[in-house]
Amino acid sequence: MTHVALFALDATSQMDPTTGVFLIASVIKMIAIFTLVMVGVAYTTFAERRISAWIQDRHGPNRVGPLGLFQVLADGVKNLMKEETYPGDANLTLFILAPAIAFIPAMLTWAVIPFASPLPTPWGRIDMVVADLPVGFLFTLAISSIGVYGLALAGWSSNNKYALLGGLRASAQMISYEIAMGMSTVCVLLLSGNVHLTEIIKQQSTMGWNVFLLSIAFFLFLIAAFAETNRVPFDLPEAESELIAGYHTEYSAMKFSMFPISEYAGMITASAMLVTLFFGGWDIPFTQWDNTGEFTVLKTLLTFASFAVKTLFWVFFYIWIRWTLPRFRYDQLMSLGWKVMLPIALAYVTVIATLVLALDMAGLPRDWRFGGAMFAVNAVLVVLLFFVLDRGRIVSPAYSRLDKAAVARLRAVTAARAALTTGEGA
Amino acid sequence: MATKRTIEVELSTTGLTKDGKAQRIPLVMGGGAAVALEAPPSMEPELEGEHMLINIGPQHPATHGVLRLVLEMEGETVVRCIPHVGYLHCGFEKIGEYRQYNQIIPWTDREDYLNSIGNNVAFALGAERLFNIEITERCKVLRVMAMELSRIASHLVWMGTTCIDIGAYTPFLWSFQYREKIYEMLEKWVGARLTTTATRVGGMAADIPEGWTDKLQSFVQDFPRTLDECERMLTKNAIWVGRTVGLGVMSPEEALNYGLSGPMIRASGVDYDVRKDFPYLDYETYDWTVPVGTSGDVYDRFLVRMAEMRESVKILAQTLKRLPDGPVNVDDPRVILPPKKKATSEMESMIHHFKNVMEGPRPPIGESYVAVESPKGEKGYYFVSDGSSKPVRWRIRPPSYVNLSAIPKMVEGHLLSDVIAINASIDIVMGEIDR
Repeated sequence: MTHVALFALDATSQMDPTTGVFLIASVIKMIAIFTLVMVGVAYTTFAERRISAWIQDRHGPNRVGPLGLFQVLADGVKNLMKEETYPGDANLTLFILAPAIAFIPAMLTWAVIPFASPLPTPWGRIDMVVADLPVGFLFTLAISSIGVYGLALAGWSSNNKYALLGGLRASAQMISYEIAMGMSTVCVLLLSGNVHLTEIIKQQSTMGWNVFLLSIAFFLFLIAAFAETNRVPFDLPEAESELIAGYHTEYSAMKFSMFPISEYAGMITASAMLVTLFFGGWDIPFTQWDNTGEFTVLKTLLTFASFAVKTLFWVFFYIWIRWTLPRFRYDQLMSLGWKVMLPIALAYVTVIATLVLALDMAGLPRDWRFGGAMFAVNAVLVVLLFFVLDRGRIVSPAYSRLDKAAVARLRAVTAARAALTTGEGA
Repeated sequence: MATKRTIEVELSTTGLTKDGKAQRIPLVMGGGAAVALEAPPSMEPELEGEHMLINIGPQHPATHGVLRLVLEMEGETVVRCIPHVGYLHCGFEKIGEYRQYNQIIPWTDREDYLNSIGNNVAFALGAERLFNIEITERCKVLRVMAMELSRIASHLVWMGTTCIDIGAYTPFLWSFQYREKIYEMLEKWVGARLTTTATRVGGMAADIPEGWTDKLQSFVQDFPRTLDECERMLTKNAIWVGRTVGLGVMSPEEALNYGLSGPMIRASGVDYDVRKDFPYLDYETYDWTVPVGTSGDVYDRFLVRMAEMRESVKILAQTLKRLPDGPVNVDDPRVILPPKKKATSEMESMIHHFKNVMEGPRPPIGESYVAVESPKGEKGYYFVSDGSSKPVRWRIRPPSYVNLSAIPKMVEGHLLSDVIAINASIDIVMGEIDR
């Protein structure tokens, strides 16, 4: 193995560091992660504008600096310089607090996400995760639920009807999809037998990525992640054409931009979680070199690159979807969450639990053979769900499958609903 | 002669006077006993129970101008909807009474500003009927081109804004690209993009420039591809279908009773198209069909408009084939200025020139009404002439206004998001509604 050694490494580099080193390293990691994510957020907004321009056949911001790269700085300065306005009858305490509450959880989740293989240093092995919590995954679920308070409080404290509706939509939507999201990830936990994110990555490096073993859980998680971050097609809380700007209608200047910042931070976080749970985290595909043997600096760098590429792909995916799909309606969103995703997730958990138990009883070792068996069953399940049960009706907007009967059925449903609310159907 | 009566009606929006009584203002002052009409239902509804009042507009991203919808909501469900119009009232019709016929044409640009050249043509047709003028063949074909181009431009704006209202942003930009091409063509033709003022009584302001038909030819060839792309994004998209199907349903009878026209009534299954039923500009000689929907919901209106754009392309292709040579303007000195050379050399022409410029063309005493199929529906222009060079009365029949009148019926019982989708499906232009 040839690479440039950054440090004179010896045996201590593979061991746990002392408490002092651990604390110093943690602080450095915190600052590094915070900086990286914030810069990432800034450039995701830029990427969003450039990619949307690309999709829509226009140029996008390209005036400030080379390729418009300094646009984000200009935007930041603009947001700081703008006047802060406060609605007359707002609950000022909550009004000011809400953007912070929305922003903090999106950042906090990063604390437990492992972003590279451990780094060997002369002072001991440094885990490439800010806090390697044994309950890592539960922590992310808990934290991501807090984010909704920011939106709901923003909507409520603004004393504005649009904002109130936006806040209500946000809370209902995020709570509903949290359940589907939690359920979909139970399968991952079943397979890894652990909520420690590092362990989940380890499991995927031996068995194969969860996206191939638990495809349906992956789809459910993906959809729920879109809903959790309020991105199109689930951007109802801020639905520009309906609610002006939804929960942040009354906000201005930097307090307003805290909401987009938290949205983009949430997007990056969700992408990172997606990668960690289903795409092997920092695992480099097609090789075991990164998981076995001694930790080296090169391994850390390469695994970090692998993690970054995967995360950025999903960020791109988020943007891509936003500029492609229309927005759901409130009731459709709710019925998708409760009537479709939750039952599928529950059934899937049952199937996976049974499968894991059966494979264990059959004495299959938990390595590629286990993964292979899982993959085979998974392929059958996917075919069953998408081609037999769903047939392009609910989950996938299969272009060629929309037939007259489906439209007629939909019409009848909508008419019945309207008649119910106007009392004509009674 | 009937005596003047004082008619009192409740003022719609000012509500109560200081002492708590409904405020009344006299409409007509004069002698005689006051006749109190039954007060119209108050515009600010009294709310039942936990209902909430929401104002959509006049400043709102999805009201396409300054429409104001007062919605009584139960949660997210609309219980009642009261549309308010008039925020963009400019007095076009009154101004028209103080202008010569050709001078009114710039005003027609500004009422339905997405269809300005179509309005120009419609106005000219009405005025020509009043003047008893038969326009030239070339002019007829040019006007068909103008109307169909403007129909496509208007439908493109409709499609884009509707997409934005329903949350899909990208087709908006795609549609505006082709609208831009249409505007470029119009600019080449008459020098203006939006406010074209392209027609004159008896002809056009300008003939098409050289090479213009090639541009139109390439447009006719390329445009359907963009339509296909947009359709691929929308027509069978599950979310799009879910958001539009079954909303704002108007049965054929209801549509007729409300006086709807254009794509609104055709989506309900009534194949009424002024171009087919009361042909003008030789539309009966073109080969095209009227797209008709079945269920009269937002989705069908979308399908009908998409199909209409394809039909317009078909008509445009035919105009290209049949465009004859010859003069654009009629050879009628009553309405068209004689050439400057003649005016300075011939007595007769000089008099015509003088009269035309100083007084303007004078139609015979009488009235005329002409209806055309504008992108929004049946657009009518009504003129009353007393023989002077200015109309005594000029009246517009705005299709958006009539179509909008059905919105309380259509949105009832639907959700707030549906109000936006239904409102978008009407394709209103507030300039035309408020005039």
